[in-house]
Amino acid sequence: MSLADLFRKKSSGNIAKDRLKLVLVSDRANCSPEIMEKIKNDIIQVISKYVEIDLEGLDIKITQTESDGNNGTVPALFANIPIKEVKNKN
Amino acid sequence: MGEVIVVTSGKGGVGKTTTTANVGTGLAMLGKKVVLIDTDIGLRNLDVVMGLENRIVYNLVDVIEGNCRIKQALIKDKRYPNLYLLPSAQTRDKDAVTPDQMKMLAEQLKEEFDYILLDCPAGIEQGFKNAIAGADRALVVTTPEVSAIRDADRIIGLLEANEMKQTHIIVNRLRMDMVKRGDMMSSDDVVEILAVDLIGVVPDDESIVVATNQGEPLVGSDCLAGKAYMNICKRILGEEVPLLDLEAGNGFFKKLGGLFKKK
Repeated sequence: MSLADLFRKKSSGNIAKDRLKLVLVSDRANCSPEIMEKIKNDIIQVISKYVEIDLEGLDIKITQTESDGNNGTVPALFANIPIKEVKNKN
Repeated sequence: MGEVIVVTSGKGGVGKTTTTANVGTGLAMLGKKVVLIDTDIGLRNLDVVMGLENRIVYNLVDVIEGNCRIKQALIKDKRYPNLYLLPSAQTRDKDAVTPDQMKMLAEQLKEEFDYILLDCPAGIEQGFKNAIAGADRALVVTTPEVSAIRDADRIIGLLEANEMKQTHIIVNRLRMDMVKRGDMMSSDDVVEILAVDLIGVVPDDESIVVATNQGEPLVGSDCLAGKAYMNICKRILGEEVPLLDLEAGNGFFKKLGGLFKKK
């Protein structure tokens, strides 16, 4: 985010565009919000076995990424999971 | 051999019927022999937009079921002798027709007409499948709204899955004043999101409501929407026409104001 963005309220046109992009990514990947929610919960469960994670900062979504083979884009699962503390195993 | 064009959108109320009426009439004005087919069985509309509702004797289902010959069901337009309408049935369901039957009808009409325009019903069910079955190319109409664009994206996916040869989008009801102040997605935004070539932008124009009230397509008239539709017709014929300046109608003082506002 640039400095100018801090002072400017986001226009509703841009909000619409951003929302639409997100909706279309999951539409195109044929992945319902319920399935996303399940994936998210399972990931939290697995990771939590080993580390304590910051649930507030958690960001898991499906985005588009450049594919290696051809020139198109493919859906990819993007997960940003902030770690609070590594659990010490005794 | 004629070309079959389906006008579709997914979402209802974005302007499919108005687009079909105006693009069809425009192509006729440009000298082509055109037939418009209302494929929205059960919800007949194209006849009233064209102002031909009082002339209907037979309809699409009558033709399909063999109750009459195609020629008997075609209604000749009031204004252009090379423009015809095949109205839909008002008292039947979408499943009165199959995609194969539509394909056969389109093939027959191709021999006689240069352009066959199909006004597709909203949705992605039977009516949609019927309408796209015999089509060579598709015009996807959308407005710059989240819901309409989302549905258009789905439709584009389905058209691809059905191996539609050519698909273009029409951005309808654009309001330049709102785009300028950032409260509406621009046609560039829509094209970027849908990743399909644009064939025209039609501004939100009161003249369309007036024209529809009177049952007169406004293509070719002097208003912005009329010009925008005519440009779409020319592009369909393969002409290179630059996009319309949608602010042209704003008058001298507004333009002058625009000079000082911002770069």
